Amino acid sequence: MIELENVGYSYGGGELLGDISVDLSPGSFHFLTGPSGSGKTTLLKLCYGALQATAGQVMGFGQDLRKLDRDQMALFRRRIGVVHQDCRFLDHLPLAENIALPLTVSGHGLAGQQDNLNELMAWVGLTKRAGALPPELSGGERQRAALARAVIMSPDVVLADEPTGNVDWEMSQRLLQLLIELNRMGKTILIATHDLSLIRAAKSQVQARVLRISNRRLQLAGADL
Amino acid sequence: MSEGTIRTLIMVDKQADRVVPPSGFTAQLTLFVSGAMAFLAVFALALSLASGRLADRWASELARAATLRINAPGDQVAAQTKTALTILRQTPGVAEVRALSREEQAALLAPWFGADLPLDALPVPQLIEIRGAEPGYDAQGLRLRLAAEVPGAVLDDHTRWREPLVDAANSLRRLALVSILLIGGATAAMITLAANAALAANAQVVEVLRLVGARDRYIAGAFVRRFTLRALIGAAVGVVLGMAGVMLLPEATDEGGFLTGLGFQGLGWLLPLVIPVLGAGVAFAATWAAARRTLKELS
Repeated sequence: MIELENVGYSYGGGELLGDISVDLSPGSFHFLTGPSGSGKTTLLKLCYGALQATAGQVMGFGQDLRKLDRDQMALFRRRIGVVHQDCRFLDHLPLAENIALPLTVSGHGLAGQQDNLNELMAWVGLTKRAGALPPELSGGERQRAALARAVIMSPDVVLADEPTGNVDWEMSQRLLQLLIELNRMGKTILIATHDLSLIRAAKSQVQARVLRISNRRLQLAGADL
Repeated sequence: MSEGTIRTLIMVDKQADRVVPPSGFTAQLTLFVSGAMAFLAVFALALSLASGRLADRWASELARAATLRINAPGDQVAAQTKTALTILRQTPGVAEVRALSREEQAALLAPWFGADLPLDALPVPQLIEIRGAEPGYDAQGLRLRLAAEVPGAVLDDHTRWREPLVDAANSLRRLALVSILLIGGATAAMITLAANAALAANAQVVEVLRLVGARDRYIAGAFVRRFTLRALIGAAVGVVLGMAGVMLLPEATDEGGFLTGLGFQGLGWLLPLVIPVLGAGVAFAATWAAARRTLKELS
């Protein structure tokens, strides 16, 4: 699905990531961990084309991301659901419209999708908050809403950047369950997190690969978790 | 721009239009600029049309009229006048000739010499009024014939008056048309600035839209439709106010001369209705160009 081959990323003359190779195969579950500032978010951005690798090759669904024009990149992103660390929303739109945004921009609109939207909002427990504006939501509600928006197009891959970063333990477990549920539906999941307890909790329920970024390189972790 | 892109840009998509936050000053700026420019365009158009009419009128009226002056010794005036009238009546392209009576000539001089002017005591030339037909007569040929047969005849076909006046009216018309073009250019520049400001202010919105898979033409379309609609509304208001202003201008009178009759006439009243459409077209093109450039820079 998404494959990185000897990928490097440099910025301002300094190397942030180097020699990264990883294959996110269909239905796999990955954790990406490492200390703050190690490059987890950068690696995720390379995966969905928000950044371009300065070395190596990033393949998405068989296409070299560097060769995609802006239209093709938009179509590529419709096949990927991204949960951002800061849960970016359009603050002037109610929550339901924010969650439905991928449908809107892809031209599907809400016609005939209202049931799916309602079901999805119930799945993340936000039915009663459908009309609320994003600034009115709590951290946990924003994270769940971001997850709902990421999956509304039924993407093949879900990339989540610190999805439990701003929520309490109970809420982080709830979000983890949602991601595990998606993986059981066949979705490929990559979660960037520095929360090792979350990884431990997940490993008891799902077969997950744990990748660690250390000294700008990617290593397979697990024995210590 | 492909057909699909144009369709995406102009098709009303309420959902898509909502993704752009309702903006503040750029909306008012676009409305105001479009309104003000349309208002000015109405006057420039009225001036252009009036100048055109004036040029045409002066050209046709003065081209048809001419005066023949007989400067001859007193005892030869009548004979030369008779000969001149005969020649003129035989000349192709002359529709009407008439020798002015003593009273008419006295009336012409009255503003300068008073009503009691003893015309018989003065060597006042005899005037003959000539009305040309369509097509007109050959002034040069007529001059040569008159020179041979009526030695005291001087033909004044008003060329020296007509040409500068027609030139002036035509220059005025060109100036008004250039003003309309400048108004269009200034509108495009202002709307480009407003669109750039709106796009820059909404860089984060653009980023979110891209992250969820929006194509550039979808994002551009939301901005283009908004600015085009604002320009259309602003220009429509400006045109209504401009036309009201033109209606209040004084009507054409002979006494008012050039400064009256600047408004529209007949079907000319429909012409300003094109201005909002053109304004919207200018806004569409300016916003599309600005959006394309900005979205490219934001990638």
